[in-house]
Amino acid sequence: MTQNWPLWEVFVRSRRGLSHTHAGSLHAPDAEMALRNARDLYTRRSEGVSIWVVPSAEVTASSPDERDPFFAPAADKPYRHPTFYDIPEGVSHL
Amino acid sequence: MVAVTPESGQDSGLGADLGAQLAAAFDAAVAADERVEPRDWMPEEYRASLVRQMAQHAHSEIIGMQPEANWITRAPSLRRKAILMAKVQDEAGHGLYLYSAAETLGTSRDELLDKLHSGRQKYSSIFNYPTLTWADVGAIGWLVDGAAITNQVPLCRCSYGPYARAMVRICKEESFHQRQGFELLLALSKGTPEQHAMAQDAVDRWWWPSLMMFGPPDDESAHSAQSMAWRIKRHSNDELRQRFVDIAVPQAETLGLTLPDPDLKWNEERGHYDFGPIDWAEFWDVLKGNGPCNEQRLSQRRRAHEEGAWVREAAAAYARKHAAAPAAAARNEEARV
Amino acid sequence: MTATDTPTVNAALALGDDALILSHRLGEWAGHAPELEEEVALANIALDLLGQARFLLSMAGDEDEMAFLREERSFRNLQLVEQPNGDFAHTIARQLYFSLYQHELHTDLAAGDGPFAGLAAKAVKETAYHRDHAVQWTLRLGDGTEESRRRMRAALDALWKFTGEMFQPVEGLDGIDWAVLEGRWLTALTGVLEQAGLAVPEGPRTGAWAAGAGRQGLHTEPFGRMLAEMQHLHRSHPGASW
Repeated sequence: MTQNWPLWEVFVRSRRGLSHTHAGSLHAPDAEMALRNARDLYTRRSEGVSIWVVPSAEVTASSPDERDPFFAPAADKPYRHPTFYDIPEGVSHL
Repeated sequence: MVAVTPESGQDSGLGADLGAQLAAAFDAAVAADERVEPRDWMPEEYRASLVRQMAQHAHSEIIGMQPEANWITRAPSLRRKAILMAKVQDEAGHGLYLYSAAETLGTSRDELLDKLHSGRQKYSSIFNYPTLTWADVGAIGWLVDGAAITNQVPLCRCSYGPYARAMVRICKEESFHQRQGFELLLALSKGTPEQHAMAQDAVDRWWWPSLMMFGPPDDESAHSAQSMAWRIKRHSNDELRQRFVDIAVPQAETLGLTLPDPDLKWNEERGHYDFGPIDWAEFWDVLKGNGPCNEQRLSQRRRAHEEGAWVREAAAAYARKHAAAPAAAARNEEARV
Repeated sequence: MTATDTPTVNAALALGDDALILSHRLGEWAGHAPELEEEVALANIALDLLGQARFLLSMAGDEDEMAFLREERSFRNLQLVEQPNGDFAHTIARQLYFSLYQHELHTDLAAGDGPFAGLAAKAVKETAYHRDHAVQWTLRLGDGTEESRRRMRAALDALWKFTGEMFQPVEGLDGIDWAVLEGRWLTALTGVLEQAGLAVPEGPRTGAWAAGAGRQGLHTEPFGRMLAEMQHLHRSHPGASW
């Protein structure tokens, strides 16, 4: 099946000042067409100012299986999360 | 959403203890409304059930392009033509989102399309009905998309993450579809007597098939109970059907159109509209392939795929020849806004 | 914004009909494209063109009257854009010829201060994308497989005779040097085809029936059937609103 086009992951910057966010995936024969297809599919309602495409096969994930304890240590460091801190009422913009 | 075949644990020689532990952890996570992600362990039946449902949903989007595309070249005003083109384009887009979501479970789009083309996977039976007049475009938007939205909004909270995320995107776009259908019918209903009759005729033909879109009654639905336990589904077929009827009746009044059901009336006690019996024989018959357009829809789909083969092959061949550029480098482009 | 002077109306119809008719042809692809991603791409181009058409036809009068109530002989579009879709290679060849032309024309119009400068300034971004789409596919079909190269070559040859018409001066489009425009078009086209390993077709680009004929309301046979389909519903309900 040589006609199968590989899968690409699409990342869209929705507006300036924000980082690229994973929007979804699509099939394309090569990077150039993947970019164009991504523009048509994921920004046809003006949802983006910039697009990245990455071959899905090139993505290395943190663990082959998320039941792995890889993420467990994070739970030990609640201070990394903003909800760890009690803020008096009435303080805004924090 | 990375389409890597996950190393699911259930058949890979895990000890019975670990298997049971995983199943218990999975059930607990789902019960706590956590999202399941592609690489998580999941019961094989959960995976199969999801692939079946997402595939059927994706197939419905792309087969569903046909009855409406049937009117793009005949749309009676340029405004309507633009709206209809954009809508049919959205359906292609929705198909793409859903195939992508299904691919996260390790089933490729080609495999899914192959199953569609060979009749091993279904699409929504509603698209086996023909669009005979322009008003059918409106009836599809108002009733068929309306029923679809009623079905789909709860799917935005489906337990499987990629499916839920695809549905969030789709639901946002679908509301435009339903509104344009309603507006189209309203214009016809308030138009000339011929236009009004066209609108009424379309609603007469699409009302009952739309009610069938929610699937068989709860006590006859094969997958319902398990899907609800897994939070793939959130409400029963009958519940959603009732919700749709309750929404549609007042809308029909606004439209100045009659719903073709003499038994339709408000039930004070239940707080819902009662409606007449659905012809389930017709439903099963269309599902089995005896609807007015089953063959036509599938053969057009197959033909487009076959006639496109040389194009897909050419692009793949070109990519192989020009693969010198570093494929892994992410390309960046300022999109046109 | 309806224009009253005849040359501007004439030019609005010429450009508007080009966009309308090509948009219609591209709309016929819905549900038939070679891949789902391409369904979305073709529809985007069709929608851009339809947007341009609506703006331009409104300069000449009511957009729907212009689209649905004129007879075949009143349409001013190029014969190129009315040609049937054929296979995907024919559609891409038509897109390539036309989008290279439209992009060059819009660039010139946007640089001027005539009645089409505003539209052209917006449309030039769209046509840049249409051109890019056509170029990318021309490269892939020309330099893909034996079959795709053969089909692309046949399509380029078949449509070649309709390309001369694009450079017949259009009344109402002032400040365009048509000979220079044609030179730029040919240079751009030659560059793309060379990169794709395809030869520029030979043979005449104009003939008794193709030199400015569409602009004068002389069309090819498939156009009448296309219009019959496009106009039928609107015409069946005179005076109705939709």
